[in-house]
Amino acid sequence: MAYYLQLIIGGLVVGSIYSLVALGFVIIYKATKVVNFAQGELVMVGAYACFALTVQMQLPFLLAFLCTLVFSVILGLALERLVLRPMIGEPIISVIMVTIGLSSVLKSLVQLFWGTDIRVYPQVLPSEPVVIAGLPVAPVYIAAFALALTLFVIFTLFFKYSRLGIAMRATAYDQQAAQSMGVSIKNIFALSWCIATMVSSIGGIILGNINGINSQLGVLGLKVFPAVILGGLDSLLGAAVGGLFIGVLENVCDAGAKDLLGLSGFKEVAAFVFLVLILMVRPYGLFGTHEIERV
Amino acid sequence: MHGHCGLFFTSYRAEEAVFPSPVQRVWLYAFLAVYLCLPFFLNAYLVSILDLIHIAIIAAVSLNLLTGCCGQISLGHGAFLGVGAFAAGALSAAGWPFPLDMLAGGAAAALVGLFFGLPSLRLKGIYLAIATLAAQIILEYVFLHAGALTGGSNGLLVEPASLFGYAFDTDQKFFYPSLAVAAASLLAVTNIMRSRAGRAFVAIRDYYLSAEIVGVNLFAYKLKAFAVSSFMAGMAGALWAHYLMYITPEQFNIGLSISYLAMIIIGGLGSVLGSVFGAVFITVLPEVLSAVAGAAGQLFPDVSSSLLAMKQGVFGLVLVLFLIFEPEGLVHRWRLVKAYWKLYPFAH
Repeated sequence: MAYYLQLIIGGLVVGSIYSLVALGFVIIYKATKVVNFAQGELVMVGAYACFALTVQMQLPFLLAFLCTLVFSVILGLALERLVLRPMIGEPIISVIMVTIGLSSVLKSLVQLFWGTDIRVYPQVLPSEPVVIAGLPVAPVYIAAFALALTLFVIFTLFFKYSRLGIAMRATAYDQQAAQSMGVSIKNIFALSWCIATMVSSIGGIILGNINGINSQLGVLGLKVFPAVILGGLDSLLGAAVGGLFIGVLENVCDAGAKDLLGLSGFKEVAAFVFLVLILMVRPYGLFGTHEIERV
Repeated sequence: MHGHCGLFFTSYRAEEAVFPSPVQRVWLYAFLAVYLCLPFFLNAYLVSILDLIHIAIIAAVSLNLLTGCCGQISLGHGAFLGVGAFAAGALSAAGWPFPLDMLAGGAAAALVGLFFGLPSLRLKGIYLAIATLAAQIILEYVFLHAGALTGGSNGLLVEPASLFGYAFDTDQKFFYPSLAVAAASLLAVTNIMRSRAGRAFVAIRDYYLSAEIVGVNLFAYKLKAFAVSSFMAGMAGALWAHYLMYITPEQFNIGLSISYLAMIIIGGLGSVLGSVFGAVFITVLPEVLSAVAGAAGQLFPDVSSSLLAMKQGVFGLVLVLFLIFEPEGLVHRWRLVKAYWKLYPFAH
């Protein structure tokens, strides 16, 4: 039992990173209706940027963290302006393929600069485990979970109360109506990419502190799909819940399949089997908008 | 239709013909005659590229039928190829002769394709893309863990294809069966697109509700598109298995699916000729890059170490640039060039 509890806690930590990546995905999808297959690569680029600043340029961690955020805002702006804006109005498949192309460009850039080896961050938090409910938990896990939670609270408040957040929601709801009320759709699109890259970078930095990073980190971007489909493609709360749930589900199913069926490596597919089930039963997810078409 | 000057159609039948003018037919036969002689003049490396192009053409044209014509985005085409490859490999090991195991591989892929096409009735656009992505990942897992059939991570050894005791065991010999299947696939898709089914596919792609209102049975036609497309993908996979003679689950990963999607986008969505252009382009691109890197490696020795990363990056970059600057693909450029030469030198 303690074993499974440990798995659940581990799942929640990984899940909180899925949630962050899913949050970035949902923000982009909500505002611009772009399905971003490069979300995992954005995580990776953020993680490597922070790695370059802390290890290779010897900046203190907090400063490097802030610099990474600035860098990812610039990256987000550049990607939106150069790659995604020309794709407005193109069919879905073109938009999907452009983000897939983007993901392989980003991945190869990271490999060219940093190679394919695992890189480890310097120790920022103490490594002495904290005991919660009789289980030892590393402080970095708690920090990861807390950071993810804080970001969610911040973004929920941002979308609910700030002028920009409301403008973003208006754009998501109806672009023409928003534009006629004086919202600049272009700026909203750029802003949503900025936020998404920023959130992904934070996810990448957390991940770097837990496991170290390598050039295969982008695979994480695929894991975001079960999470967002479970939560609903256009729901922030859904991204949070979906990410956590998928993280736990993966760990528990992996252990379950190993113990009961003797199958190894079930972790990789558990989330996707679940994804197919959700798509069959409730494609718009737990909290997503159920689109109704009338002729 | 774009007919040449003086080419008028007096019946729908004439307009719908595969070759609207006899000149086109003659040109194609001339091209084929030259092309059939190529293996005798080219070295084994170049012929092996042509073999790979044939296989890529089959896969690309089948994906183009599903995604380009019927509008059902599939991110799992690579896995459908894998189903065909492993089925054909396993049957070939059980003693089935060559063309039969290829057809059976196609049939196995068609069944799997049908199964994963079932959600397409309810799911559209991005949701279907994600469902096929899930299919890809689940199938990869099955390839890796159904060790009894697929050999697991060790892979599967496959005998070279042979017909009536004649083994197609070199690049030069394999050129002909692969070309035959590729040509048959191109002809099949061209003809499907001229038939009721093809029209129905295009109607579904353009607007599924109008298609349903004019009497297209959405479910039946979407499933037909999935079945035909994955049947051809399975045959491509079977040919690939016979060609490489050694298949592993890693060959049929998500990257393969993406490269087929890239082929039809770069070639031209919904165009048979475009699939051919795309297949040639994406197959030749890494070879050209290797050659360039090999030449550059003599000047800068560090280049070759990062070749793999560069290949991937250039692939992505080409894809992005095509989507931004030439969204209708190479086939559009081809039509422009043809139109230019038709009136040359009196273009205006």
